[in-house]
This record gives sequence, C-alpha cells and structure tokens, in this order.
Amino acid sequence: MPEPFIRFQNVNKIYKTKNGAVEAVLDATFDIKQSEFVAIVGPSGCGKTTILKMLAGLIPHSSGAITIGGQRVDKPQTDVGIVFQDSIMLDWRDVLSNVMIQIDIRKMDRAAFQPVALELLKKTGLEGFEKKKPYELSGGMRQRVSICRALVHDPPLLLMDEPFGALDALTREQISMDIQHLWMEKRKTALHITHSIPEAVLLADRVVVMSPRPGRIVEIMDIDLPRPRRLDKLPPKFNDYAGHIRDLFKSAGVLAMD
Amino acid sequence: MATLSTTTATRNVWMRRLLSLITPLAGTMVFLLIWQLGVIAFNVPAYFLPTPTRILEEAIKEISKLTNHGWITVYEMLAGYFLAVAVGVPLAIAMTSSRRFDEFVTPTMLFFQVVPKIAVAPLFIVWFGVGITPKILVAFLISFFPIVIDTAVGLRSMTPEMLDLARSMGATQLQIFREFRLPTSLPYLFSGLKVAATLAVAGAVVGEFVGADKGLGYLLLVTNSNMQTALMFATIVVLTIIGLIFFYIIEFLESLLIPWHVTQRTKEETPTM
Repeated sequence: MPEPFIRFQNVNKIYKTKNGAVEAVLDATFDIKQSEFVAIVGPSGCGKTTILKMLAGLIPHSSGAITIGGQRVDKPQTDVGIVFQDSIMLDWRDVLSNVMIQIDIRKMDRAAFQPVALELLKKTGLEGFEKKKPYELSGGMRQRVSICRALVHDPPLLLMDEPFGALDALTREQISMDIQHLWMEKRKTALHITHSIPEAVLLADRVVVMSPRPGRIVEIMDIDLPRPRRLDKLPPKFNDYAGHIRDLFKSAGVLAMD
Repeated sequence: MATLSTTTATRNVWMRRLLSLITPLAGTMVFLLIWQLGVIAFNVPAYFLPTPTRILEEAIKEISKLTNHGWITVYEMLAGYFLAVAVGVPLAIAMTSSRRFDEFVTPTMLFFQVVPKIAVAPLFIVWFGVGITPKILVAFLISFFPIVIDTAVGLRSMTPEMLDLARSMGATQLQIFREFRLPTSLPYLFSGLKVAATLAVAGAVVGEFVGADKGLGYLLLVTNSNMQTALMFATIVVLTIIGLIFFYIIEFLESLLIPWHVTQRTKEETPTM
C-alpha cells in the first residue's frame, strides 16, 4: 500500500482572538490519493476553506501534520493550481495573458505553453475571447479563465475554493460539467471546497462532510457513480448520497427541515 | 423592415451625441448672456463687473502680456507638480513596503499637510528670494499630499486572495509588486494625480501672491491695484483654462494607461454623464 499523495494527520487550526481561542479546524485526518477528486462539503464557518489554505501552505496549521508527496507543508506550495471564489482577474491583461501570468511568473517557456493556454481556453468555450479584457466578460467566463490559469502549467494538484460561490445556478452547472471534462482528461489530484451537496456528489470520488463550531470531519464517503456524470441523467443512487449528507447535517444541527 | 429600424436607431444615437455636445455649450452661452445683459441693464460700472465681451476684448488686446506671464505660471506649476510626483510616488511605495517607515513619516507628513501653505509661502521668500523657486515649492507642497495618500491607498488595495494567488505561483517580492500590486494601484494613483493637477495651479498663484515680479498671480495683484478689472477677469479665465487643460491631459493619460478602470467604463455606458 503506497503512501497517499496528500495526508492530513490530526490537523488542528486554532485562532487566538481577543475573546479567547477559536477552534477553526479540529482533528482533521484524511487522505487524498493520486488522481483522486475529493470534495469537502459543509456550511459556512466549518473550516473547509481553512483546510484548503493550510494544504496550499498559505496559512500555517497549529498542530498535526500535512504532507504532499511525503513532503511536509510548511511554506506556500507552488506545485499547485488554485481557483478562488473570486476569479481574481488581472484587469490590465487580456484573457490569454491572464492565463499566461502563471507561466510568466514561473519564468517557464512562453512559446511552449501558449498553445496549452489556447487549448484550455478552447475547451472551456472561450475560443475567440483570447484578446478580450476581463471586464468585457461575464462572471462565469471570468471564472473559466481562472480555471485555465490554474491548469496551464500542468500542476500535479488542483485546489478549488468554492469556485462557483459567486455564480448563478445555470452557470454553476455548466462549469461543473467543464471541470468534470477537464478532470477526466487530465486526472489531476483535486480538492474541491463547496457548500453545495449536489455539487460535491456530482464531481467527487469521495466527499468529506464537515460540521461547524468546531470545524470537524463528520464522515468521509465514497461516491460510487460512473463517469461522466450527467445532470440530466442522474441515477437514483445520486439522490441517496445527497440525502445521506443532508441527514448528517440534520443530526449535526446544521439543517432543520421543520 | 430591419434596416429601417437600424437606421432610425443610428440616427437616434447621433442625435443624442450631438445633443450631449450642444447642451453644456448652450448652458454656458445662457450664463454669459445673462451676465452681459445684467451688467448692461443695471448699468454696473466696468471696474466693478465688466461684461464678458469687454473681458474678451481686453484679453485679445493684452494677449502677449497674458501669455508671457502665463508661461511663467505654467512652468512653476509643472515643476512643482512633477517634483511632487517624483517624491510622492516613491515615498508611498516605501510607506506601504514598511510599516515602521510608515509610522516614522506619517505624523510629520500630516503636519506639513495641515500647515496652511499660504502661511509658509512668506517663509519660502525669506529662504529662496522672490525668484521662481518659492513658487515651485508651494505648488509642490500643495500637490504632494493627495499623490502620496492616494498612491499609498492604491498600493494597499490589492486583495489578500490576489496575494495568495501570487504566492501559489512562487512570485518573488519584486514580481508581486510589478505584476500585481502596482497595476492594481494605478486607478488610485491617477485619482491623486488629477486632484493634484487642479491644486498645482493654485499653489503657483499663491506663491506669486506673496512676492513676485512675474506670473499670472503677480498680474492679478497689479491689475487689482490699478482697478483694471477686465484684465483681472481675463487673467482669472486664463488661469482656469490652464487648470482645465492640465486636468484633461492627466485624464487623457489615464484613459490611455488604464482603460480597464471602472470610471472609464461607466463613462462609456452612460454617455450623457
């Protein structure tokens, strides 16, 4: 049994505030295997974004161990592509240059990666928009550009922090499909943070369910559904999974049905 | 059918553009007309309030005097302004790079801002004589503060998420500054530059008021004591035109350098504004 690609072992995150210590994440233990798509689902305040940021090395963890490929995470990780809730467009660059910033900053070969960027833009339906400025695009298109930016340098790990949070429902569904296609093609290890139960079940091989105050992992469940999963042809098992997660939230006191 | 409605739509767009061009012009004309007629109707003496046509006559007659003094003031204004940019922008960069440095200079800077510039202008005369230097310094002092403050606010406006993104790419401090922080700050920098542009003229004139033998501020004092009210008005008009031209040059540069900026965008969407 090889060591999993990503490993969280008894990870805690405690913020010290004026009103005492706040436990943002308590005793988080889980693995992500190579090429696995894991989603963390939970209500706001459950520490799911904190987990992603600790994994990316953007904030330190208070105790426990986080490893990527056997290496301890103790500084910002650069072997990643991150999609944030906000698309974080560089308004002064056109669409293609917004993707290529990833290559420019890393001083990688521009000529070699420009075709990769163009191909990604094409796959996400942005062909013909390469020379547009971000303010000429819709919110959904901007988020697609940021997905291309996170993938262009071919990172071994893709992190997505509520990437659909600011989008309308239809756009959300379309981009979910785009992400599934890209993932099935490249099979990158992916961690997807969301507060949407259907979104987590639709995209993930495994779903980590979290409850808030303190942020704690309630259950980790395998999603055994064939791919590609289609929103118009969801099997009955899909609803079983979603229903089970909903039950977990109900018993954690997060959801009240009456 | 479709072509017909398209041509009507195009005509409407042109009509609207023409109207939005004519309307402010018409407003100005009406204002000047009321002034002209009012002065004539109430028989206001020319030393008290001359008519617009009388001012125009005087301006044409004294055009060489106005331009000669005008260039002096423009020179003082530009020198003070560019000195303020040259000192203010690097200072703002230093302040935003180091909290310690920020704490170190901010109280002193605030002190220099709150001190009335008119009050220190005579001191500059003592130090630098009645030449061009004290005028440049007053123009510098008055336009310096908005440039520093707005640039500093702009340099701090980058979101934490953008910083996270840059760090995930392994960006160096220099790359973060050049590729993310500096471009993000440009809209703020330009709003400071525009405010400073309107203030710099005032600074140069204040400097000239205190002690000068040339410049439009000096011309204002002379015409005032000689009761040449029409020429005085002409001088004020020239000062206003200088300020406006300078402002629009900076605004033009802004639209060239940061076309993505929100204020530019809203302008395109609402042409009547």
